[in-house]
Amino acid sequence: MYNIFKLAVRNLKRYKRRTFLTSMLITLGVVAVLLFVSISGSFKAMMIGQITDSMLGHLQIHRKGYLASIDSLPLNRNLNAKQVAKVEQVLADIDAVDTYSMRIKLGAMFSNFVETTNIRLNAVLPEQELNTVPLLSERIVQGQAAGLIEKGEILIPELIAKGMKVKVGDSIVLVANNKDGSVNGLTLQVRGILEGISGPGGRDGVIHLEDAKTLLRFTGVEISEIAIRLKNMNHLPQTFADLTAKLSSIKNQQGQPVFEVHTWEKLSPFFNIAKMIDLMTFFIRIMLVAIVLVSIMNVMIMAVYERINEIGTIAAIGTLPARILGIFMVEGFLLGVLGTAIGTIISLITITIMNASKISFDFGRQTGLLLAPTISAGEVIVVVLTVIGIAVVASLQPAYKAAKMDPIAALRHV
Amino acid sequence: MSLVVAKKLKKTYIAGDITVNAIQGVDFSIESASFVSFVGPSGSGKSTLLNMIGCLDPPTEGALQVADSDITRLDRREAARFRGENIGFVFQDFNLIPVLTVFENVEYPLQMVQNWPASKRRKRVQDLLGAVGMADQGNKYPSQISGGQKQRVAVARALVTNAKLVLADEPTANLDRTTATRIIDLMKNMRDEFGTTFIFSTHDPKVVKNAEIIYTLEDGRLKESRSGNGGHHV
Ligand SMILES: Nc1ncnc2c1ncn2[C@@H]1O[C@H](COP(=O)(O)OP(=O)(O)OP(=O)(O)O)[C@@H](O)[C@H]1O
Ligand SMILES: [Mg+2]
Repeated sequence: MYNIFKLAVRNLKRYKRRTFLTSMLITLGVVAVLLFVSISGSFKAMMIGQITDSMLGHLQIHRKGYLASIDSLPLNRNLNAKQVAKVEQVLADIDAVDTYSMRIKLGAMFSNFVETTNIRLNAVLPEQELNTVPLLSERIVQGQAAGLIEKGEILIPELIAKGMKVKVGDSIVLVANNKDGSVNGLTLQVRGILEGISGPGGRDGVIHLEDAKTLLRFTGVEISEIAIRLKNMNHLPQTFADLTAKLSSIKNQQGQPVFEVHTWEKLSPFFNIAKMIDLMTFFIRIMLVAIVLVSIMNVMIMAVYERINEIGTIAAIGTLPARILGIFMVEGFLLGVLGTAIGTIISLITITIMNASKISFDFGRQTGLLLAPTISAGEVIVVVLTVIGIAVVASLQPAYKAAKMDPIAALRHV
Repeated sequence: MSLVVAKKLKKTYIAGDITVNAIQGVDFSIESASFVSFVGPSGSGKSTLLNMIGCLDPPTEGALQVADSDITRLDRREAARFRGENIGFVFQDFNLIPVLTVFENVEYPLQMVQNWPASKRRKRVQDLLGAVGMADQGNKYPSQISGGQKQRVAVARALVTNAKLVLADEPTANLDRTTATRIIDLMKNMRDEFGTTFIFSTHDPKVVKNAEIIYTLEDGRLKESRSGNGGHHV
């Protein structure tokens, strides 16, 4: 075996330029894949983290049909006390659930005593909300972030703050219609300004749940949305299935399910971007496979063709076909290993440099996001093994051709 | 004891509509440790015959025994195994492996064909390089030595496995006459030293003279057999 490797290495060195070019091609492919996977993967993970941890949570439960009409923020599709209790009971039974937050979503008129505009609001209990979407407080660009909100206060989105020229500490009035159509107003103090982020709910203001109840004249418990945080996001599909199964068995008198459950994927358009990224990654991988396959096969076909006489010689003096096969397969294998090794090293160094130089980027209304590409050892191993495997597969056909060459014909070849 | 026995040996090539009777029924037997040459004009069938004896090309008809084995019906693997164990080859174009040194070229059959352990290979290769007068050239690559030297290395490679039979199809065709004679002398010395049977083919009458037994081929038929220098009649 040692000698087969020696022979392969010597033959690769014999055609230095060709070996160099081929392994560079493979290197390039490996670098492209590893960098793309790491950058897009980190981007994806970060965006998903932003979306779930500062706004949506991992899962949401609504009264059946709420989401379909969420644009109008209906007040007649809220969960009542009995239903909320039911959900709490179900959630308590699911181990993967870390915490959850009860929200009332509402639309109101926002007035600074001079002008009036529309505002969409999330009314929350600060402690619950912060546990469920811990990054929300990081979106508070002005005002005090700790504690999120207290009764009598409001966090307003950046756009409204700018458009209405409202500052932290100003008093504003919210006016809202309740379910029965009567109008009620509430004066609140601006506690802070919220940075907007892409996606639904990214430009909503925040008030205290009790203020919403006062404004809307709710007497009992009414909740529009329950956002859920899981202990580990990897458990999302399983938990979603559990939750759906448990909640869909609860029916009203008409036999219709009472609740609906959605994952963040259904709630945020970014999921489609994430899916596109996955698709692109897939195609880049296919391209890598094609590059490796074609370049190695090409080189090995040439190697066999150039060495027909040599093949004839070693076959004539008794080298068994299997060993001739081995000689050429090992050559292709080493070419793959060489290209992959260089490619992996370059990629890892590049990733390290990118992390050290703290590259930032903008996405939608979010600016100055830090690009922190990472790549898992597993991902690197998969790419490395794929490339080397493909290199071996690509040399199979030329090597097989060499192995079954007729020694006389090969010796006569000029 | 006969090392090679051929009876009514025939080889017919069929290429499309054309049928070539390259060997048309030859009978001969070659004793162990003899030094034999096949001569004849181009196309007379010398290479064809040597290829059959060398287990590279199966005969179309007739019987062919080498080292007491019927070699007419071996499959590819068996033939390769048989060659590796019993036959050494010397080629017209030397056919050394360019990426291996002289030493490694001679070592090749021991390592890649007969799987000798490294400890035993070293001495054996050195012995053979010494026998062909190349002991101090082991580290050179084939591109760094002359044609005559390459053919010496090739002879060492053919003998290193203790082959019973060495086949050489026109081993001197690419050498000048002096060098050619030296190579033939070397082969004869090797026969004397190791008792190996040598069969070679040639065009060159000067070279032929050095053989002990000379078979003349014409149109795939054995015309005559006579003894060369110091040889004996058959
Ligand atoms: N593979 C083949 N297919 C068809 N015909 C062949 C083949 N090999 C040899 N022949 C024919 O068989 C005959 C004998 O060829 P061979 O090569 O044995 O002659 P040779 O004596 O070695 O000639 P030379 O001295 O030129 O090497 C020739 O007519 C040749 O054309
Ligand atoms: Mg010939």
